[in-house]
Amino acid sequence: MPSEVTPQAPPSPGQRRPPAIELVGISKSFGAVQANRDIALRVEAGTIHGVIGENGAGKSTLMSILYGFYQADSGDILVGGRKVSIPDSQAAIALGIGMVHQHFMLVEPFTVLENVMLGAEGGALLNRGRAKARAELVRLEREYDLRVDPDAIVGDLPVGQQQRVEILKALYRGADILILDEPTGVLTPDEADQLFRILAQLKSQGKTVVLITHKLREIMAITDSCSVMRQGRMVATRPTAGTSVEELAELMVGRRVLLRVEKGPANPAEIRLKVEDARVVDGQGVERLRGVSLEVRAGEIVGVAGVAGNGQSELLEAIAGIRPLASGEITLCGKPCAGTDPNGLRAEGLAHVPEDRHRMGLVTKFDAKENVILGYHDRAEYRSGLFLDRGAILEACRRHMQDFDVRPPAPDLKTANFSGGNQQKIVLAREIEQDPAVLIVGQPTRGVDVGAIEAIHRRLIELRDAGKAILLVSVELDEIRALSDRVLVMFDGRVMGELPGDAGEREIGLLMSGVEAAHA
Amino acid sequence: MFDALILMLDSTVRLSTPLLLTALAGLYAERSGVFDIGLEGKLLIAAFAAAATASVTGSAWLGALAGMGASILFALLHGLACITYRGNQIVSGVAINFLAAGLTALLGTAWFHQGGRTPPLMGGERFQTLQLPFAESLADVPVIGGIYSELLSGHYLLVYVAFAAAPFSWWVLYRTRFGLRLRAVGENPAAVDTAGISVVRMRYLALVCAGVLCGLAGAYLAVAQSAGFIKDMSAGKGFIALAALIFSKWRPIQVMFACLLFGFLDAAAIRLQGQELPLIGAAPVQLIQALPYILTVVLLAGFIGKAVPPKAGGTPYVKER
Repeated sequence: MPSEVTPQAPPSPGQRRPPAIELVGISKSFGAVQANRDIALRVEAGTIHGVIGENGAGKSTLMSILYGFYQADSGDILVGGRKVSIPDSQAAIALGIGMVHQHFMLVEPFTVLENVMLGAEGGALLNRGRAKARAELVRLEREYDLRVDPDAIVGDLPVGQQQRVEILKALYRGADILILDEPTGVLTPDEADQLFRILAQLKSQGKTVVLITHKLREIMAITDSCSVMRQGRMVATRPTAGTSVEELAELMVGRRVLLRVEKGPANPAEIRLKVEDARVVDGQGVERLRGVSLEVRAGEIVGVAGVAGNGQSELLEAIAGIRPLASGEITLCGKPCAGTDPNGLRAEGLAHVPEDRHRMGLVTKFDAKENVILGYHDRAEYRSGLFLDRGAILEACRRHMQDFDVRPPAPDLKTANFSGGNQQKIVLAREIEQDPAVLIVGQPTRGVDVGAIEAIHRRLIELRDAGKAILLVSVELDEIRALSDRVLVMFDGRVMGELPGDAGEREIGLLMSGVEAAHA
Repeated sequence: MFDALILMLDSTVRLSTPLLLTALAGLYAERSGVFDIGLEGKLLIAAFAAAATASVTGSAWLGALAGMGASILFALLHGLACITYRGNQIVSGVAINFLAAGLTALLGTAWFHQGGRTPPLMGGERFQTLQLPFAESLADVPVIGGIYSELLSGHYLLVYVAFAAAPFSWWVLYRTRFGLRLRAVGENPAAVDTAGISVVRMRYLALVCAGVLCGLAGAYLAVAQSAGFIKDMSAGKGFIALAALIFSKWRPIQVMFACLLFGFLDAAAIRLQGQELPLIGAAPVQLIQALPYILTVVLLAGFIGKAVPPKAGGTPYVKER
């Protein structure tokens, strides 16, 4: 462990500690993009401080500067009241700064112990350091209630436990200041609660926690104070007790936002999509879908909730005709259609907004107008003889961009250069334009900023009211609850239960963690 | 029959040695996340440098050193292309193979005027075999004599080095800090970077290890097994070593057994050359020689377990924004 860290005494009444972190005038730009402009931030020692902002607001850049991943172009960093420079992660670690990244920095085939030791092995040979690390892990486990088996292979652990390994890594290196970047994105509500308990425990031991998130409820639940970033600037800092979700949302977006889309009651009509006892086996021979049945009617949104990786992706892909069913049947508008290829399904009135727009929804190297016709490129309206009708395509793209408020409305711009929200609008525009009978949507607002989320949500409700049957898969519980008329919860390849759209978070969360519904 | 078997195993050991050293070289590179299709080229340039230096200086040892030097230089070139400049590792490896093939032919002809060969190495210019103690006196003892005096004794030093290098590499990989970091950088370089360790430095170090081992393999080819360099003398051994590495799923002890298996196939092919086999007729030598590749393809197709390469292999490390 780094010796240069000055041990900070736990807070005692009457004695004020200097702020754990103080940033003064931090600016950072990447080429023409100014990611951080003249940022000032003060994080009091022994508190939990939230940093919120939309995607691309500059939160991650700021924290990367603090962790030595990037160098600020200008400005000062003070840690514990002393001015420091942080040229690399090693320096940050030595200053007692630990970071839990959004995408875990873990070596999956390694054991927990090996992951914790990496970079702090305590000598050229592993044996001695290993014994020391094991003893230290036991101590940390007791002190902070961070239970993890040191000999477990990290890749086999559930995500919540992997995150604890990340926290243990930081503590093992003597971190006094812990930065967590979007820590709850991958957790079940129950796991998130456990994380918050751990954070509270850390705070009570005198550690300082910086929580980066875009979820306002988390800020309200756990932080002592919070700072809001927008477009690279720090726009406000508030004591949490003196602010509200509405105020923070407004500060984040810069205008008033509706956090909940208004929607009237659904008027479900005939069954458009029916899945019966669908089973899917993946390439490794693992059964990913274990007999899922569901129905979606015209004029309703059926939400599929669940922690990522419990079969939702396979369900979407099976319905979209990308993944073959091992057994079961899928009926689209009354016609059995299992085994039909995606193109055939499209002709039958199915539209698919895939979960991962970069991997499946778009060819990001193509320009916008090319992406707008992907999958529909052989339709008569886009063709003139053997060739593509460039004029018609351009016209269609312009129309889509206007309908969906894609910014900038530039059909010739490379798709990669649009923001996440605008890319998603392009996919939605393409799929909806063909007036499908059934729309299946995966993670429609993943990596999309708050303003665009509002627009996409409103659009989905409109489609529902126009009589479409919509199946919505999302790991964002708020989204499921805001949009769905009925909620199905998946766990381990099965539907654990069905709840009404206004079901409580606890109820859904319980099913998400695999607990059968009480009445089942 | 027993004698024939001992002879065959004896030549298996000889033929496995360059494969083993080369495959272990690949192990270091690839476990660090740098695919190394340029093993063949490094082997060839090392063999040439070793033979040329031995011939000019009269010392086999200096030859071996020069072989290592040349091979490390090529490894660093690979590193420059695909670590520092984040180029494509496969393309860089292929380029290295071409470069070595061309350079050895060109320099060999220009320097020695023997059609790409180096002059035959004699006396101290070439490594001598080692006789283990009592090899001579035990030679006539039945069974033990054959195994000890023929099979275990009477090899070049580099043979013993190669077979010690396998368990040593296991120890390095799984028991030392260097090994932990090496394996980590091949699986998730971002984890290594955030732990405050330089990914670039780790990968260069791994390539230097690969260079040393390829250098030894090249020296063995040209200054021990043969008495001098012949044009294209690596003859695909770098690729067979790569096959052995995949076949053993990037694990050091298993690499040793894979190389012994492939060496045995080679020995069998040589021994069966031109012989009539019962039922089959003329021995299918080409088929036997192709077996290492066939076995590897069968393995890759998933029939014998599954070969999962280091996760970060093939991708240059870029800090994400």
